[in-house]
Amino acid sequence: MDPVIEVRDLRFCYADGAPALDGVDFALMPGETVAVLGPNGSGKTTFALHLIGLLHGEGSISVCGKPVRRENLSFVRRKVGLLFQDADEQLFMPTVLEDVAFGPLNLGLAPEAAGERARAALRRVGMEEAAAKAPYHLSAGEKRRVALAGVLAMDPEVLVLDEPTTFLDPPSERQLVALLRELPQAKLLVTHDVPFARALATRAVFFERGRIVDQGPLEEVARRHGWLTES
Amino acid sequence: MHHVVLDHWSRRHSVIHARDARAKLAVAILLLAAVATVPVRRYVDVAGFSALLAAATGLARLPLLGLAWRAALVLPFSVAFAVMSWLSGDPGRAASLLVKSYVSAFTVVLLLSTTAFPDIARAAEWFRLPRPVILLMQFVYRYLFVISEQAQHMWQASQCRGGARRAGRRRHFRAAAGALSVLFARSYERAEGIQRAMAARGFGGRFVTLSRWRFGWADALFLAVSVMAIAGLRSFEVASWTR
Repeated sequence: MDPVIEVRDLRFCYADGAPALDGVDFALMPGETVAVLGPNGSGKTTFALHLIGLLHGEGSISVCGKPVRRENLSFVRRKVGLLFQDADEQLFMPTVLEDVAFGPLNLGLAPEAAGERARAALRRVGMEEAAAKAPYHLSAGEKRRVALAGVLAMDPEVLVLDEPTTFLDPPSERQLVALLRELPQAKLLVTHDVPFARALATRAVFFERGRIVDQGPLEEVARRHGWLTES
Repeated sequence: MHHVVLDHWSRRHSVIHARDARAKLAVAILLLAAVATVPVRRYVDVAGFSALLAAATGLARLPLLGLAWRAALVLPFSVAFAVMSWLSGDPGRAASLLVKSYVSAFTVVLLLSTTAFPDIARAAEWFRLPRPVILLMQFVYRYLFVISEQAQHMWQASQCRGGARRAGRRRHFRAAAGALSVLFARSYERAEGIQRAMAARGFGGRFVTLSRWRFGWADALFLAVSVMAIAGLRSFEVASWTR
């Protein structure tokens, strides 16, 4: 089986010369859920942004067999759905429904089909009632769910979720875990929330200073780096 | 936040809200052109257009004073130019500039309060306005939200730490100038994030909306009545000058 995402020797420096990624090798298999752990500023989000072609470093990345290059960007963005760390950045249309339909409309769907797909995605995250609301009137947790609906409406093959539990209360977090368990896509969970990661992922990679310094079963990786204490 | 209120108003329901965005945009442009071409010192002529706008505001069931207050945002800019005209010895032109710019701003505010912004942009696209101009309009409108949100957060943070208390005017000015630079830096960062989020969902330089065009008989009637009203006012004015 071929990996849905394959990264080889990925290197990236920010404009100020600060190295953010320093030779990352990684593969995500179909249907697999992998947790990306690591301290703040270790390069996790930068890595996630590369997977969808929002940043371009040295090395190679392929998504569903195609290299992440300018000419393949629309293919890549159809295949990989990225949930941003800050939900406010992801919600920019005047109403929730229009925001969730933004992706399907860009995929070329007719307005009726895009609207239907958006409503189905909102139903899936339990936000159907908010369809006509303005995104800035939602609570932080609701914004997060609507942002996820926006990603699901694109029907991607891979989900990259950057700190998906931020601002979620415990019941909402449980709902998110249940929802993600139902989704058949391969998932990459960029998170600090080990209990959340443990509920979904079996494998973890650990970032430190732009490199993957450890990988393996989640429990072991988290314990080795002091992210999981015995109780 | 002024534009947030306009966005909220634009989602209301009324006979004006229900009209096709293209018809409303066409009427607004026609009205702007009519107001702009009223000769200097013909204030009564502008009053006719103002009455039309007031009637439309009533039909749209929007608060006249609320709109009037928001349209006044243009005054600080037009006052600067009016002062220049006045100083150059043309008080008539100065007054005309103020009145016309205010009525024009009211027209735009009314359009924004009765039509969702993406629909206005789509209508502009239908009228073959250059795409870069439309994109720029849309981004400016969206980023107004971003900047005002950031400003609100910073203001709250400053209030929590006793901001604006015990500060002298000079210190206050310095703090405000510093805050403004931080505001723009933060807004830039946020705008970059939004741009990434848009690109991640396949944005290719064109906003597509869910709404479909529906130009019915009511829209045709609205367009015809508006055009006749504006043209009627205009020809009545022209006739009164030449008499």
